[in-house]
Amino acid sequence: MNRYFRELSVAAALALLLALLAVFAPHFYQPQPLLSRLTAQMPTLVLTLGMTMVMLTRQIDISVGSQFGLCAVVAGLVSAGGHSLALSLAAALGAGALMGAINGWLVAWMGLPSIVVSLATMVTWAEALRLFQQGKFINLPAGVQWFGLSQTAGQVALILLGLSLLAGLAFLLKNRAGGRHLYAVGSDSEAARLSGIHPQKVTFGVFVAMGLLVGVAAVFNLVQSPQVDPKCGTGLELKAVAAAVVGGVAVNGGRGNVWGAFVGLLLLATINPALTFLHVEAYWEKAIQGLVILLAVVADGLRSKRQSP
Amino acid sequence: MTEPLLRLSQISKSFGAVRALKGVSFELHPGEVHALLGENGAGKSTLIKVVTGAHTPDGGLLEISGQAVHNLTPTRAQALGIACIYQQPALFPDLSVSENIGLRLESPAVWGRVYWRQRREKAMSLLKRIGADIHPETLVNRLSMPEQQLVEIACALGSGARTVIMDEPTASLTRSEQELLFAVVRDLRASGAGVVYISHRLEEIFALADRVTVLRDGESICTRPVRSDSGEMQLSEEELIQLMVGREVSAIYPPKGRSPGETVLELKNVSCAAGNVSEVSLTVRAGEVVGLAGLVGAGRTELARVLFGITPADSGSVRLNGKDVRIQSPRQAVELGIAYVPEDRRRHGVILQMPIAQNMSMAVHPKLFPGKWLRFGAEKALGLRFIQELGIKAYGPEAPGGSLSGGNQQKVSLARWLATEPKLLILDEPTQGVDVGAKSEIHRIIRNLAEQGLAVVMISSDLPEVLGMSDRICVMRGGRLVASLEGVDATADSIMAAALKAH
Repeated sequence: MNRYFRELSVAAALALLLALLAVFAPHFYQPQPLLSRLTAQMPTLVLTLGMTMVMLTRQIDISVGSQFGLCAVVAGLVSAGGHSLALSLAAALGAGALMGAINGWLVAWMGLPSIVVSLATMVTWAEALRLFQQGKFINLPAGVQWFGLSQTAGQVALILLGLSLLAGLAFLLKNRAGGRHLYAVGSDSEAARLSGIHPQKVTFGVFVAMGLLVGVAAVFNLVQSPQVDPKCGTGLELKAVAAAVVGGVAVNGGRGNVWGAFVGLLLLATINPALTFLHVEAYWEKAIQGLVILLAVVADGLRSKRQSP
Repeated sequence: MTEPLLRLSQISKSFGAVRALKGVSFELHPGEVHALLGENGAGKSTLIKVVTGAHTPDGGLLEISGQAVHNLTPTRAQALGIACIYQQPALFPDLSVSENIGLRLESPAVWGRVYWRQRREKAMSLLKRIGADIHPETLVNRLSMPEQQLVEIACALGSGARTVIMDEPTASLTRSEQELLFAVVRDLRASGAGVVYISHRLEEIFALADRVTVLRDGESICTRPVRSDSGEMQLSEEELIQLMVGREVSAIYPPKGRSPGETVLELKNVSCAAGNVSEVSLTVRAGEVVGLAGLVGAGRTELARVLFGITPADSGSVRLNGKDVRIQSPRQAVELGIAYVPEDRRRHGVILQMPIAQNMSMAVHPKLFPGKWLRFGAEKALGLRFIQELGIKAYGPEAPGGSLSGGNQQKVSLARWLATEPKLLILDEPTQGVDVGAKSEIHRIIRNLAEQGLAVVMISSDLPEVLGMSDRICVMRGGRLVASLEGVDATADSIMAAALKAH
């Protein structure tokens, strides 16, 4: 069977959904709304890329939603202070890397389970932000939204940036020794260690990379609106995990890739508009998303069951 | 003639396209020890799982105590008096011994009351009956593997099982524990129970079994009594091996090396408190296979871990190729030319979902991929080279590790370390759980490597293997090296004597 069977079947499901829409709701393909919907997914895409790497090493980071909110506020404050977008990106990256490093240090060197560590930091960052910002929105100066370009040009730019990040990361994961190390550590960290790979360094690095990507994602979000909502990160961690899982990234590490996670994200993100366009009641959205995730997990479960008779 | 406890007629079972059992017949009588023999993949595990109700056969008839049984489930098999002791004990590690025994034997009613005292007394009497010196209140995770196995046996006894299946029960036992186990098996037989005994160690089968059934490629090849009525041996090791592999196995061990070359490794008084290794002095020369014998827990694996930098030495000197070195990490050990093929390849070895070429390149990333960019061509070439050199049966370097048989996985693990072009190769139980055919192939590979000038340290609990392979045999006991024997002079007795002798 093809090595990428899992990814290809998700892609096939997405293609089927898109084909259904083409036949029954061709107005789904009106350029401007389609562009907007795709743009809106870009921050989640960037988070999904990081989450894929974290999950490949057999970890999880559920604090990314809180990290995202904090990075967005940091970037927003820098921008509101009249500084350049580059500086606010740098601030968001710094904040993200710091939070990632804290998770990474606790998981890699203290040997604590990542689900508990990131649950704790999720609550900590969210509460710290709530105390600090009191839920107030930050108004951004003109020129931040869409990089100061027209909306369409800004959206296209953002999508291109997101897709190049995806392609670049996919290339690095496939072609760099470090990418292979993620898979090795996620599959069997003891075997990796004996082979001269440093599992702690790899794990730490992955959490820092996740933090950096959260910073990027926060800026991707910043440029889409004239204001920063301090609660903008709520629930994003689940979207990122769901996209990765649907896209064939194994929860127990060592299997999957960012392309699959990307297709998983597109599939989940298409379900909602598809329901609207196909005149299914919107109540069903979450249920159907849940069903898709469940299906993905069941498929992976059957797969691993078949591999070990 | 009494009714057989177990009768299997033409049992077949397929997994997808793989026909694991193609018509196996097997009978177990009360009061007999019936050995089940076959290479890995011959269908032994599947057969056991059919009998214990874990797998439903596709065809054939299964009779238990004369009753045809369909749709057997594990619970029903247990109720019908079938107990199975697996290689890896399946106990709850965080519960005590008596709780484990209780859970296995008492009725599983959710709201049933637990009678703690009876439970403990029952556990105590069962453990006493098999001569195990284990306190019933000990947590199972504090027990060694052999002790856990004894607890499993106690459970089987306590359930009043008439049919006891033992799947390689001695794989991790020391000699004295084996004797204890044998006594239990004989005891079971005397009480009229039937024992299905699976082992790769032929000498155990000769010591214990009344009859042997040989499986090959999912078929039962033959069933033969081990002794005639007058007590004479009716089977030889050669015969059995031949029946198992279905072909002549020429010499079981390759001829030993000639004169060894220069000293590669020299240890002087090496100690490691964390690893229970004390004052070990040892030299290994190029072209030499040094067997490291001793009981489980004597410090052999621990010594290997010290040499490989996993638990670095606290004191003493290590000289490698005439230079003093301090080995602090596996990475450094690899750079110095040391390779360690660890025990238990399922846990520390081959990554099952990874292609074998990637598995093989794992320890040579810095060398194979300068600048850290992966070179898929070089990796594939490495894979193809070792597939050919070690005779690995796989459809290509792209084959995932999990698609290979145990022996071939072991070769992949070996290839990973040979790729580092080591000067010193440490092998920890290189043929554990590997079938006879693959075993002699691995032996030949080891000997070839030594002839190419590698210094080889081979840890093994398999005495015939140690004797057959080693140019020199070092025996460890209690973390110390207690004897060094020339390969030609050593005998199983002299090794065991050194390994067992009290201080």
